[in-house]
Amino acid sequence: MTLNAFLFQILNGLSAASGLFLIAAGLSLIFGVTRIVNLAHGSLYMLGTYIAYTFATKIGGVTGFWGGIVATALIVGVIGALIEIVLLRRIYRAPELFQLLATFALVLVINDAALWLWGPADLLGPRAPGFRGAIEILGRRLPSYDLFLIVIGPLVLLALHLTLSRTRFGRLIRAATQDREMVGALGVNQAVLFTSVFALGAALAGLGGALQIAREPANLATDLIALGDAFVVVVVGGMGSIPGAYLAAVIIAEVKALCVGIGVVDFGFVTINFSKFTLVAEFLVMAIVLIARPYGLLGKAQGAVRSIAEPEEPIRPATPLLKALGAVVLVLLVCLPLLAQSTYFGSPYLLVLGIDVLIAIIFAASLHFIMGPGGMHSFGHAAYFGLGAYGAALLVKWLALPFGAALVAAPLLALAGALLFGWFAVRLSGVYLAMLTLAFAQIVWAAVFQWEGFTGGSNGVIGVWPPPPFDKSWVYFLLTLVLAVAAVLLLRRVLFAPFGYAMRAGRDSALRAEAIGIDVKRVHWLGFAIAGLICGVAGGLFAFAKGSISPETIHINRSIDGLVMVLLGGVQTLTGPIVGASVFAVLQDTVMRQTEYWRALMGAIILVLVLAFPQGIVGAFAALWRKAGGRT
Amino acid sequence: MRPTHYMLALATALGCAFAAPAFAQDTIKIGELNSYKAQPAFLEPYKRGMELALEEINGKGGVLGKKIELIVRDDGANPGEAVRVAEELVTREGVVMLTGTFLSNIGLAVTNFAGQKKVFFLASEPLTDKITWADGNKYTYRLRASTYMQTAMLMPAAIAANAKRWAIVYPNYEYGQSAAATFKDMLKKAQPGAEIVTEQAPPIGKIEAGAVAQAIDDAKPDAIFNVLFGADLTKFVREGNTRGVFKNRTVVSLLSGEPEYLDPLGEETPVGWIATGYPWDKIKTPDHVAFLTAYQKKFNDYPRLGSIVGYTTIKSIAAGLAAAKSTDTEKLVEAFKGLSVTGPFGTFTYRASDHQATMGAYVGKLALEKGKGTMIDVKYVDGASVLPSDADTKKLRPSAD
Amino acid sequence: MSVLELRGLTKSFGGVHAVRDVSFEIGAGEFLAMIGPNGAGKSTCFNMINGQLAPDSGDILCDGKNIAGLAPRDIWRLGVGRTFQVAATFGSMTVIENVQTALISHARESYRLWRPAASRHRTRALELLRQVNMQDAADRPSRELAYGDVKRVELAIALANDPKLLLMDEPTAGMGASERHGLIELVKRLVVERGISVLFTEHSMDVVFAFADRIVVLARGRLIADGDAASIRDNVQVREVYFGTGKTFAGASA
Repeated sequence: MTLNAFLFQILNGLSAASGLFLIAAGLSLIFGVTRIVNLAHGSLYMLGTYIAYTFATKIGGVTGFWGGIVATALIVGVIGALIEIVLLRRIYRAPELFQLLATFALVLVINDAALWLWGPADLLGPRAPGFRGAIEILGRRLPSYDLFLIVIGPLVLLALHLTLSRTRFGRLIRAATQDREMVGALGVNQAVLFTSVFALGAALAGLGGALQIAREPANLATDLIALGDAFVVVVVGGMGSIPGAYLAAVIIAEVKALCVGIGVVDFGFVTINFSKFTLVAEFLVMAIVLIARPYGLLGKAQGAVRSIAEPEEPIRPATPLLKALGAVVLVLLVCLPLLAQSTYFGSPYLLVLGIDVLIAIIFAASLHFIMGPGGMHSFGHAAYFGLGAYGAALLVKWLALPFGAALVAAPLLALAGALLFGWFAVRLSGVYLAMLTLAFAQIVWAAVFQWEGFTGGSNGVIGVWPPPPFDKSWVYFLLTLVLAVAAVLLLRRVLFAPFGYAMRAGRDSALRAEAIGIDVKRVHWLGFAIAGLICGVAGGLFAFAKGSISPETIHINRSIDGLVMVLLGGVQTLTGPIVGASVFAVLQDTVMRQTEYWRALMGAIILVLVLAFPQGIVGAFAALWRKAGGRT
Repeated sequence: MRPTHYMLALATALGCAFAAPAFAQDTIKIGELNSYKAQPAFLEPYKRGMELALEEINGKGGVLGKKIELIVRDDGANPGEAVRVAEELVTREGVVMLTGTFLSNIGLAVTNFAGQKKVFFLASEPLTDKITWADGNKYTYRLRASTYMQTAMLMPAAIAANAKRWAIVYPNYEYGQSAAATFKDMLKKAQPGAEIVTEQAPPIGKIEAGAVAQAIDDAKPDAIFNVLFGADLTKFVREGNTRGVFKNRTVVSLLSGEPEYLDPLGEETPVGWIATGYPWDKIKTPDHVAFLTAYQKKFNDYPRLGSIVGYTTIKSIAAGLAAAKSTDTEKLVEAFKGLSVTGPFGTFTYRASDHQATMGAYVGKLALEKGKGTMIDVKYVDGASVLPSDADTKKLRPSAD
Repeated sequence: MSVLELRGLTKSFGGVHAVRDVSFEIGAGEFLAMIGPNGAGKSTCFNMINGQLAPDSGDILCDGKNIAGLAPRDIWRLGVGRTFQVAATFGSMTVIENVQTALISHARESYRLWRPAASRHRTRALELLRQVNMQDAADRPSRELAYGDVKRVELAIALANDPKLLLMDEPTAGMGASERHGLIELVKRLVVERGISVLFTEHSMDVVFAFADRIVVLARGRLIADGDAASIRDNVQVREVYFGTGKTFAGASA
C-alpha cells in the first residue's frame, strides 16, 4: 500500500466514522440518562432509511432529499417519544434491564411493520442533490458525499456539545447521566426529561439512517447491523460520552478501512488476508478498551444506580405446594414419551419440542444463575452454549470421540472459556460487564465463523448424531430430562449453599461483602465459571439433538433469547428462568407456524407479557401469592 | 389451512403444545421450510412461484389421484431451528418429503437430517457444492445450479477477457469462499499467466464499500470477479461507479443479473458487467412465455428468479411423485434418478450420479433500459454442460451411494 | 499492649494532604473515639485502617503485623470488624442469613457448594442476634427493618469473626438521641464483656464524652490531641479548632 493509498483510506474511514457516530450518539444519550439498553435503536435507524427513501423518491429533488432528511429526523424523534410515553414509562419500576425486553419486542414489531409497509426488496435512494460526483484527491476519486459526511459528523458533535454545555436541557442531561436521583431531587420533571432525551436520541438515529440512503439501500437487515455497530461504538467511547462516541467511531472505522486497505499480505510462511478481519476487528478493539479502560475511552465511572424496582425477596426453600407442583410436572415429563405415542393427541414431535424446551431451560437457568443471584448481566451467554456445542461436535469430528465422552468433555470447553472470559468480566460491573461479555461472545463467534478449516466456517459441522439407543427421540428426551433436572437442581442447591449466599452478598453490596472477608471478584468469577459449565451441557445436548451446528449457536441472537427467557420468567425468582424458557420456546414454536408476520406477533405477545407482568411471569404470580397471604 | 388447535399447558410450567390428530390422508403433504423472514426479497416471489405451480397441478387433478398440499414453515434462518421445523413437518404433519431452504448452512443441516432420518429432501435454492458433493447423501437432491456451476458458466467470458491482473471480491463465508476458490482454480488451468492482484473478503452484510472499492482500484487490476450480492453489492456498485473503479475493466459477476439483486440498483446498474441471472423480459422460449403469462396474470407482477425456483421445485416434486407412483421415500429416491422435468427454463434432468439438477442459468451483459437494470446478449447455459462427468463426480461424493 | 498502632500515617490526594504523619495506638479493651471537624481526615484515616485506601507512607500495626495496604477482607481475617457510616445489610437476605453469611465466611466455608447455608451456624447467629436484641426479627427480610435495627444487625455481623478490634464509622449517624445512647451503651457493654477494643468516629460530642475511654482529635490531617475526656475538654488547641474561641464543649453539647 502506497502512502497516498493509505492516506486515502483514512479519508474513507472518516466518512464511515461519521455514519457510525450518528447511530451511536443517540444510543449513548438514551442510555446515559435513562439507563435503558434500547435494542430498538437500530430499528429506529432503519426506519430513518426507509422514511428518507420515501421522501427522496416520492417528492424527489432537492426538497425531497434534503428536506426529507430533516423531516425524517423529526418523524423518528416523534416515534421515539411515543415509544417512551406509551411503553417504557409504564415499566420504569420493573427490575433492572426489564425494559430491554420491551425494546426487543419492538425490534420484532418494527421489522415486520417495515416489511409490510415497504416490501421485501432493497430500496436504493437517489444520489444526494449537489453531491452526485466525486472529487479528485491524492490522484483518487473521493465521492463528494463522503466529504460531506466527513464534515457533518463533527458538526453534529459540535451541535450536541453546545446543546449539552450551554442549555439548561443539556445541563440536566449531563447531571442525569452522572446521578439520576439527584436530578429527581432537584424537582425536575423526570418524565419530561426522559421523554425528550428519548426523542432526541431517536431523532439522531433517524438522521443517521436518513443520511445513509445516498450510500446504501434501505433494507430489513440494517436494524440489527446498526444496533451492533452502535453498541460497540458507545461502549468503546464510554457510555453517555458524546465526544467519546465520535472518537470511538473514528478508531473503529479507521481500523476497518486499514484492514481493507492492507488487503492480502504474504509473510513468506503464511499469507494473511486482512480484509477478512474487519468483522472481528471492532470486537477486538472493544475487548481491549474495556480491559484497559473499563469505562470506555472518555467514559466516567458511574455511581451505582439504586434500583427503583421492588426489592428482591429472600430466597426460601421450596414450599410443599411448589414441591408437589414440581413432582407433578416431572411425572408428566417422564410420561411424555408414552403420551407422544398415544394416537389420540400425541405426536412424536412432542418429544422433539420437549428436548428443545429442556435445553432452553438449562441455558436460561445457567444465565439466571449469574444474572439474578450474581448480578452479572451477561450479554454473551451464547458463547458458552456455542463452546459446548462446538466442543461436542469437533471432538466427534476430529478426535472421533464417542458420544458419551464428547458430551462430558464439551462442558469442560465451555468451562475453560468461562474461566478465561469471566476473569476479565468480573472486574467490571453493570452494563460494562454486559458489553464485555458480549464482545467476548462476538469474538468467539467471529473466530468460529472465520476459521473455516477447523470449525467448518459458516456451514458449521454436520453429521453429529447420537448413536443407538440415543438416536431414538424418547431415549434422547429422557437423557435430556435427566441432565436438565440435574442441572436445575444443582444450580438451586448451590444457591442455597454458602457459595450462593456469598455470591448474593457480593451482588447486594460488594463493599460489605469484602468487609466480612468475602473475595467478591473470586466468588463471582467462580459463579461465572459454574454457569459456563452448565451452559456447556446445554450446548452439547443441542449439537447431538440437531445433528449439526453452525455459528448461529453462538450468535448474539441466542444471547438475547437467553436474556428474554430470564426476564420473561422473572429475574428475581428461582423458578423464573424455567418458566420463561418454556414459555419462550413453546411460543416460538407455535407463533412461527401460525402466521406470515410471526415476528410481529411474537413481539406483540412479548409486549403484552411485559406490560402485564413487569416482574416477570413467576415474579407476578409470587407477588400475588404473597398478597393473598400465601407466605404463611 | 388445516384446522389445528393448540393448548398451551402453562400450568405445567414446562408447557407442551399438543396438536390435533392427523386427518385421513386425502392429500399428499409436502413440507416446505425456508428463511422467509430473513430473505424476503427472494422468498416472497419464490412462494408465489410455488403457489402458481400448485394451482396448475391441482387444477388438473393433482398427482396419483390426490391433490398436493404444501405445508410451509419459516426456519428462523437458523440451522438449529430448521432441524426442529423439519422434525415437526415429518413427525407431526406427516409430510412425505421435505423441500426448500435458501441459506447454505441450513440446506446442509437439513440435508444431513434427511440422510439420518431417511427422509426425501429436495433442496431448492442453497448453492453450496457440498449438498450434492462432499456432504451429499442418498436422500437429497438439489434443483438450483450450484456455486461451482454458476462460476463455470462465467468462465468462458472471463477467459475471453484475456486479462492478466484479476481482483476478486466476495462475501466472507462459504458461498463466497468456494466461488472464489473455484474461480481461481479454473482460471489457473485455462490461463496460467493470469495473476490475482487482490482479494477482498468483506463480512456478509457489513461491507465497507468505499474502502473495498478503493483497495481494488489501488491494486490496478485489468478485470474483477465479483461474488457480492444483495445490499453489499448495491453499496459496492454505487461506490465503485462514483470512484470510477469499473472504468475500462472487465467485470465478471455471479448472480448479479437476477432481478432480486439487479432491480435495487436501478440507474446505478453497472453496464457491461458479465453476469449470470434471470432476464425475465428477454426470454422468448415457449416454456418461459407460458410461465410468464400465467404468473403476470395471477400476481400482476413480473417474476423474479425466486419465482422460477419455487415454481420449478413444485413441478419437480409432482414429476417425481408421478414417476415413483408412490409417496414412499425409497421409491422417490429411485424415481428422481435421471428424472426429466420441464420448467420455464426448458427441460432438464436430475442426474443419477450426484443428484444435481441440470437446470441452467442465463449469462449476459448487464444493461440499462428506461432507468432499469436488465441483461442483453443473453444466452442460456445448460447446467449439464458445466458439470463434471459422472465418473469424476463419484470422487466428489465420498459419503453417498 | 496495643491492639492497633498507627505510625506516621500519611495520605494525600492530588497534592492535598488529607492525613499527615498521624500516630497513635489503641490498647486492648479500649473504647477510643476519633473526633475532629469536617475535613479533618477522620474518614481517610479510617479507610486506611480498614483497607479501603492504601497509605502513601506510614505503618499500621495490628498485633505487630503491618497491615497497611492490605485488602479489607484480609484485614478482617486478622480480627478487625467494622460497621459503616450508612448502615445497610444484604437486602436480599433475612436478618439471620446476614449474620450466618458472616459466620460462614469466618469459618472459611464461603466456597462450599452443597450443604445449605441456612443450616450452618444458626445457633451462633441467633446468639449474636440475641446480644443485640434482634433475635425476634431473625427470620424477617432484613430490608424491612427500621434504621436503628439495621444498625444493630450490622453490629451483630461485625461481631461474627470474634474481632479483637471493632472499627465504627459514625455509629450513631442518622439516629435519634435516645436510640443513639441505647446503641452506644450496647456497644460498650459488648466491649466490656468480650474485651474488644473499639475505634469509632463520632459527631455527637455528648456520646463521645459520655462513653469514650480516650479521645484522639484530628484537624487538617494532623493529630492535635490525644487523651481522656477531661484533658480533651480542656485542650486549648482543640477548642480553637472546634470553636475558634474559648467556648467550651459543655456549652456546646447542652
